[in-house]
Amino acid sequence: MVDFFGLYNYWIVIVLAMAGMYIVIARGNLIKKLVGLNVFQASVFVLYISFGKVSGGTAPILLKGVVTYSNPLPHVLILTAIVVGVATTALGLALVVRIRREYGTIEEDDIHSQDGHT
Amino acid sequence: MREYLILRVITKLLFPFILLFALYVQFHGDFGPGGGFQAGVIFAASFILYSMVFGVRSAQHVLPVGILRAGIAGGLLLYALVGVVDLLLGANYLDYSPMSAEAKVGQHLGIFLVELGVGITVASVMMTMFFTFATWRED
Amino acid sequence: MMLEVIDIIILTLMTVTVIGIVVMRNLLAVVMLGGIYSLLAASIFVALDAVDVAFTEAAVGAGISTVLFIGTLALTTRVEKRPKHKPLLPLCVCIITGAVLIYGSLDMARFGDPNSPANRHVAAHYLENTKKDTGVPNVVTAVLASYRGYDTLGEVTVIFTAGIGVILLLGNWRRGLKPPAPHHEDKA
Repeated sequence: MVDFFGLYNYWIVIVLAMAGMYIVIARGNLIKKLVGLNVFQASVFVLYISFGKVSGGTAPILLKGVVTYSNPLPHVLILTAIVVGVATTALGLALVVRIRREYGTIEEDDIHSQDGHT
Repeated sequence: MREYLILRVITKLLFPFILLFALYVQFHGDFGPGGGFQAGVIFAASFILYSMVFGVRSAQHVLPVGILRAGIAGGLLLYALVGVVDLLLGANYLDYSPMSAEAKVGQHLGIFLVELGVGITVASVMMTMFFTFATWRED
Repeated sequence: MMLEVIDIIILTLMTVTVIGIVVMRNLLAVVMLGGIYSLLAASIFVALDAVDVAFTEAAVGAGISTVLFIGTLALTTRVEKRPKHKPLLPLCVCIITGAVLIYGSLDMARFGDPNSPANRHVAAHYLENTKKDTGVPNVVTAVLASYRGYDTLGEVTVIFTAGIGVILLLGNWRRGLKPPAPHHEDKA
């Protein structure tokens, strides 16, 4: 039972990440693409943090009397990744607002057809 | 938002506590969960709540655009300057050991200043981004 | 045992949320479900002992990100257009990529294994030497600010650049702008 669960965790997170990727490449609305990108990023973070969990460990803050801690390295990497992710999202949203001003729409098909005609 | 009495009263009551919590998270990041990023975001969230209820103009009375832009650059400058000071004191860039007589006290001081720089930049950037989105006009 | 139960419950809720995001066309609902997804991810981080990461994900993903999305929705439209053709090719690409990743995960260390390659070497070195080198109990802060200070400097530069970028794109500069294009009605 524990062995099956050992991998099942990763599989569910991979399915969630693929759902996020599907939203990015299959939907035409720019804002929905950005939400899908956020979903993809959050799933990848869950995958990395679950690599660092040690059974029987606790949060990596040094306390008296605690022997095993969870691995602090994935936490550091994912902290940086979360902040970079929000920076990317903010710039993407600013671009969406400017695209709407220039093209009048935020659907990818309409933008391509307008670009094709000019 | 003029007619939502509960929102206005509760926002005015909660606003100083949120700022206090942001400062707590910033400076106790050494002893519990927290640090510069979380504190900066909580600080920005308090001002975003205030400007959602009372209008962007009154929030910009407290923090004008010039101060926010100085904060964006100032936090990063503080971080880089800590590294330069370490260079001038003879160690590697961003090696905090020579900043005080003992190595441990030097590390503490270095981590404190660096997290302060991070907190200032993150708070200023989040507030600037929200105010920019809120005051944009299409024409 | 308790950890596995909590894990499975939260992962099920996340799956339901993602199905909602894929199917729904009202963009305000999609953005709200994205915020809920970030909050569920923060809950999983707490269950997996990553308290700093949970703090940051809840504040940034469920807070700032949702606020910026709603700001953009106020400046653009609120409904997605009905998709015209069935997206067979993206579905195939996602299924093939997912299958390859699951095949790659068969060789990985089991969940919670204390002897996996990720939990030895550098991580053990940091856990042993943080008290001696820095005197800071929070190992994540010590690694971020002291052992890996360069990376945090780069990260603050990324935030700085994003702020500058948003100011440049949306800063109400008036010179040289053409008049705005007329809005197409985004009805199905």
